[in-house]
Amino acid sequence: MFSESRLNQINEIVKRYPEGRHKSALLPVLHLAQEDHGWLSIDTMNEVAGVLNLEPIEVYEVASFYTMFHLKPVGKYVLEVCRTGPCCTVGAEELVQYIEDKLHIQVGETTADGLFTLKTVECLAACGTGPVLQIGPEYKYRENLTPQKIDELIDELRAKG
Amino acid sequence: MSDQIKITIDGESIEVPKGTTILQAARMIGKNYPPAMCYYTPLKNTGGKCRVCLVKVAQASEANPRPMPKLVASCLTQAEHGMVVENESSPEVLEARNGVVEFLLINHPLDCPVCDQAGECDLQNLSFEHGRSETRYEEGRREFDKIDIGPFIQLHMTRCILCYRCVYLADQLTEKRVHGVINRGDVSEISTYIQNAIENDFSGNIIDVCPVGALTDKTYRFKQRVWFSKPFDAHRDCPKCTGKSVLWMKGQDIIRITSRKDKFGEVIDFICNECRFDHKEPHHWVIEGPRDMGEESVISANKYELPVVSPAVNVDAKFVSE
Amino acid sequence: MGRKILLEHIDVPGIQTLDVYRKMGGYNAVTKAIKNMSADEIVEEVKKSGLRGRGGAGFPTGMKWSFLDKKSDKPRYLVCNADESEPGTFKDRYLMEKLPHILIEGMICSSYALGANTSYIYVRGEMMYVIKILEKAIQEAYQAGFLGKNILGSDYSLDLYVQPGGGAYICGEETALLESLEGKRGNPRNKPPFPALWGLYGCPTVVNNVETIADVPWIINNGGEAYAGIGIGKSTGTKLISACGNINKPGVYEIELGISVEEFLNSDEYCGGIANGRKLKAVVAGGSSVPILPADLILTTANGEKRLMTYESLGDGGFVSGTMLGSGGFIVYDDQQCIVRNLWNFTRFYHHESCGQCSPCREGTGWMEKVLHRIENGHGKLSDIDLLVDVAKKIEGKTICPLGEAAAWPVASAIRHFRADFEEHVRNPDSCVKKHLHREMAHAH
Ligand SMILES: Cc1cc2nc3c(=O)[nH]c(=O)nc-3n(C[C@H](O)[C@H](O)[C@H](O)COP(=O)(O)O)c2cc1C
Ligand code: SF4
Ligand code: FES
Repeated sequence: MFSESRLNQINEIVKRYPEGRHKSALLPVLHLAQEDHGWLSIDTMNEVAGVLNLEPIEVYEVASFYTMFHLKPVGKYVLEVCRTGPCCTVGAEELVQYIEDKLHIQVGETTADGLFTLKTVECLAACGTGPVLQIGPEYKYRENLTPQKIDELIDELRAKG
Repeated sequence: MSDQIKITIDGESIEVPKGTTILQAARMIGKNYPPAMCYYTPLKNTGGKCRVCLVKVAQASEANPRPMPKLVASCLTQAEHGMVVENESSPEVLEARNGVVEFLLINHPLDCPVCDQAGECDLQNLSFEHGRSETRYEEGRREFDKIDIGPFIQLHMTRCILCYRCVYLADQLTEKRVHGVINRGDVSEISTYIQNAIENDFSGNIIDVCPVGALTDKTYRFKQRVWFSKPFDAHRDCPKCTGKSVLWMKGQDIIRITSRKDKFGEVIDFICNECRFDHKEPHHWVIEGPRDMGEESVISANKYELPVVSPAVNVDAKFVSE
Repeated sequence: MGRKILLEHIDVPGIQTLDVYRKMGGYNAVTKAIKNMSADEIVEEVKKSGLRGRGGAGFPTGMKWSFLDKKSDKPRYLVCNADESEPGTFKDRYLMEKLPHILIEGMICSSYALGANTSYIYVRGEMMYVIKILEKAIQEAYQAGFLGKNILGSDYSLDLYVQPGGGAYICGEETALLESLEGKRGNPRNKPPFPALWGLYGCPTVVNNVETIADVPWIINNGGEAYAGIGIGKSTGTKLISACGNINKPGVYEIELGISVEEFLNSDEYCGGIANGRKLKAVVAGGSSVPILPADLILTTANGEKRLMTYESLGDGGFVSGTMLGSGGFIVYDDQQCIVRNLWNFTRFYHHESCGQCSPCREGTGWMEKVLHRIENGHGKLSDIDLLVDVAKKIEGKTICPLGEAAAWPVASAIRHFRADFEEHVRNPDSCVKKHLHREMAHAH
């Protein structure tokens, strides 16, 4: 369920668009929903449909098109590492394997403690500072990654819990 | 020069009203018009996706001299005065079309021998004309499970070419759309996302607009190959639709009911589910007489063959020997 | 040091704030535009400047603006394309993060010139933190009276919003972007009609890249002619180039169009030469979609002329021996990089990012990826190489949007210039496979 303040926020978002164009709010609202729940369940998407007065299928169609939306449960921290060409010239593939080995999971999997999900994504527009990964929901990038920086990042997130 | 414009296609000129697309103009000329797998005149916003209707605009109009020659989707590109278009007269168009058909087939199961649509499938017809004799595709094929979407309709997604017709139909003909296209790229699929029935008075029409055998009539499945049944025009008094239908008969049995299509394969009047699924007794209908299926149809030409591209499945004797 | 139009003040502490930005002359263009110039005069200056779209296609901005349907009584929109997702391109993110107000100022000036009263900046969703930076800058601009009702006491009003994407390269294509902004799947539209007639919500719309819009304030302040005085021929002004790959100094550089590729690659002001003392093998000069060129052809044209960083010089030789300036994503490969593996990687990108509407792109990109994956993993055949060329050809020019070409060109050009590398992979599968990778990179969606 969206909180009162979320609903107010959604009302503000809808006002950005002309009368009758409230469907434009769908992507921003899906981001908010994912921030609240970590992922988008059918119930969450149905709720988004209700709030924006859309048919549920319209929400499923859109949510499943965009890669940022997780349609299956994920760990608390989703590490999304860029796997595209430029990052591979500076070691992204090796780095992904380092994380896999460190967390004992493969790309697409979640650690047993539910803390981390590892995903690969396409170019994050950080090719000059690769390898790079992003962590939601604020998506601040971690750049110029090395195995040591990964160790520090994992420690930092584990400490936060 | 009022609202009529002149356009030349494969050397033949025709005057058409402003706003007419190249495809419609070619259909008016009436021979060798481009094929269309996604465009569907009765449904708004269709077209532009499959790309089998590509033609070459050799010369643009003087009023709008965009850089030409160029391949364009004839289904959506408006004819302009003085435009010169090449369809089958252009080797480039034919090569492009062969390419598109090849693309449509690489992930297609080629299961025509067991497919209900065989004999009235646009993709099968296209592959006769534009297909290669053997496939160059050696990679794995995309597969989906077939699912029932309600008691009357089966979705066999593996066969779908993503024309979006059924989605536009649901948008435009029914009150509430519950199915759509989910995911993207080559894993896009027609789906309800949650396993749901598509149920409303006009949902059965998605079967008729599907150009391939992705959406089929469950009440008909496996009863008969289409070319062993005979179509009759018939009507009944129906409060929901015009009731103008086609009964597909074997002897005295109605084995399936569809809407009537014009010579371009497009539905003339959409019929309701009650007419389509609930009235399988001949005495429910006023039978007008045999339906003329046009000379291009496999059914009347009686020339059904196996697909040109080597099929991926064994021919199931049960279905071809009758 | 080359002339800086965009990045001049990038190192000024606090330049992200409106106060500091104004102290450096920021928002003067808004004042000048709204108080002293008519909308048409601005369009005229932009035409004179010769500014070309910085999003990739290089279409003259002034001309695009003059196509906008001003006769219709529908509202008009300006939409800024900040979806930046083309591999190798990271200039817009840099600009927005470091100098948010230059984009806001550009949006106000350009919206005024186009007669738009509501404008949107569509930022790819992954840059959520950039969205926060922009939203803060917009808030400051509202407070200072540069946005909102009756800007600077005039009768011009403008509302400006930031819209997040959801993770889809295709939404950089302008009509897919508009669909996405309408809350739909990012399926590109068939064109014509172009956005100038039928854009956002079916209204006349201009879509411009971040950098294009950020150039407008300078043009207003200094005049179109002064802008046209920078650069060479039809490549006027400066361009942000994002340089990456095996170079000493990856980063975003503002260059005057017309410096030589060699200078850009080797001078310490820019890339600083190939890293680790290795040799140059190839360059993809304008983002992953443009043709790759081997070392000799990127430095000199087929006619033996020095290759310059301009639209024309990079394009010299067409697709046989030239490439494109594109979005300015400059990717450098040293002699240790594997062209086949890189191409497989790019093909996987286009396969993954195809919206899936039209058959040649939906099916063809996957086919190319699978064949390249086989070759890269030692299961290729010599005939696969020509098959790839043919599949690329059957996609190119047959699709709804240019993603088809973007997927086909890298394949065609890599095979044209590096056929021997592909043959070597087939003949000697062990030669280039990245052996130290003990697992194949996951294929998952
Ligand atoms: C597949 C594809 C992706 C694109 N991505 C971007 C992008 O991320 N940013 C951008 O500004 N333009 C992108 N473009 C170009 C836009 O369609 C459009 O031409 C551009 O935004 C126009 O702005 P400009 O004239 O200022 O360059 C892309 C085009 C295609 C076909
Ligand atoms: S070319 Fe590709 S991305 Fe563009 S519309 Fe067609 S399928 Fe979609
Ligand atoms: S009928 Fe024109 S693209 Fe499908």
